[in-house]
Amino acid sequence: MHKYLSFFRLSFMQGLQYRTAALAGMVTQFAWGFLEIMVFQAFFQAQAEAFPMTISATASYIWMQQAFLALFATWMMDNDIFDAIARGNISYSLCRPIRIYNMWFSQSAAARVSRAVLRCFPILIVAAILPKPYGIAKPASAWHFGLFLITLILGLLVTVAFSMFVYVSTFFTLSPQGVRIVFTSMADFFAGAIIPLPFFPPKWQRVLELLPFASMQNVPLRIYSGSMTGAETERAVVLQVIWLAVLVLLGSGLCRAAEKKATIQGG
Amino acid sequence: MITVEHVCKSYKIAKRNAGFGEAFKALFRREYEVIHALSDVSFQISDGEMVGYIGPNGAGKSSTIKILSGILTPDSGTVMVDGRIPHKNRMEHVKGIGVVFGQRSQLWWDVPVIDSFELLKDIYSIPKAAYRNNLEELTELLNLTELLRSPVRQLSLGQRMRCEIAASLLHSPRILFLDEPTIGLDAVSKIVVREFIKKQNELHKTTVILTTHDMQDIEALSQRIILIGKGKILLDGTLEDIKRGDAGIDETVAGLYRAYDIE
Repeated sequence: MHKYLSFFRLSFMQGLQYRTAALAGMVTQFAWGFLEIMVFQAFFQAQAEAFPMTISATASYIWMQQAFLALFATWMMDNDIFDAIARGNISYSLCRPIRIYNMWFSQSAAARVSRAVLRCFPILIVAAILPKPYGIAKPASAWHFGLFLITLILGLLVTVAFSMFVYVSTFFTLSPQGVRIVFTSMADFFAGAIIPLPFFPPKWQRVLELLPFASMQNVPLRIYSGSMTGAETERAVVLQVIWLAVLVLLGSGLCRAAEKKATIQGG
Repeated sequence: MITVEHVCKSYKIAKRNAGFGEAFKALFRREYEVIHALSDVSFQISDGEMVGYIGPNGAGKSSTIKILSGILTPDSGTVMVDGRIPHKNRMEHVKGIGVVFGQRSQLWWDVPVIDSFELLKDIYSIPKAAYRNNLEELTELLNLTELLRSPVRQLSLGQRMRCEIAASLLHSPRILFLDEPTIGLDAVSKIVVREFIKKQNELHKTTVILTTHDMQDIEALSQRIILIGKGKILLDGTLEDIKRGDAGIDETVAGLYRAYDIE
């Protein structure tokens, strides 16, 4: 366990070095946040009663999403990992007493956390001083906030466990591009990264909420914004834990098979 | 103690002729050619020995190193390294070996070298005192003082290779595999690396297996030479055995390649 924490630490430190990238990311996220809020505002003015979330909850959802984008954006992948497989640096990792899956898991979790840490504060601060209802509202209670933090971490872990499949697939396909595009666009759409899940038709929603994608950003963002309450929350947290376990088990199994294949075909 | 007996390894390589028609045909039916990277390779290396493993490109040197380090599974034959089968108990096996691939990097690109070393310390669970001793010794012998705090991307190849070698020895492995450690290095760095390897072998009795195309490496380092070509061991002996008259080492080896028709 200790060695994987070290991987986490080193990836985290490495991530903190990219200041310009963080600045550029922040600007993008501000622009994107304002844009989205304007779009939703326009919809809201057109037909307020058809809105499944209040405009204030929607704004909180969007700002939190932009602040923590790096935790959940499935398209933000760790290119070091793809390179390691495609160019053969994986040979070095295979010569070490480590599990490849655990190593990559901690590495990519750390890369996401470091990016988020660098970017979130300015966004949170600006969004907190924006006039109502366009900024971030305070959480409903300390309990909500605690629950938000826990589901935030669970959501991150589910996202990482999901993207592990894309990394591992590189062992089989040589180029990750195809799998990556299919997986990430699907995940982005079904996770509520483009529009929050409550905006989907109710029939869709019932199915979508059971999928692993809903266990990523959907849960913490909706708990924070207050659009998920009571029994719905409990079910969502349980689903997060179940999906995390399922994805990790399947992913690490697949990774072992891939390692075996790599060691048979040549490094 | 390393024992390799009757090891074979072959790869399947997709082949086709040039042209659009051929490319289209290959969509439906691939033709594969089987390349025998290693056929019936056997040798033994005792503890503390230093062995030069030479042969032309594609002879099977890297495949052998990969099999010995547990990354590659042989098709047949048996491999034993210090009583372990490398590809069977990979995790146990790799704790006792150090590997340097001259054409790859194990150091983290954007952070100072010392950070990569600290990570290795945790990966191998090296005790604090041993780590400090090893680091001190390696820093001195390889002249790393100035390098440890620089990001890897800003090091020259020679500087980086010195750090790579240090990285592979932090956990005091009993066996060291060096796959073309001097490739692309300038004269000064080459000499530093050679001197260091020699010293490491003398001081710690580390078994060293070295592949290289640089015959001066061999001349400076190894008593024993294993020559491999087209996947077969052609010669296993000392440098004196193969030298004829006043011919330089490069000529001698080129002569050997020609004699065995493995150019």
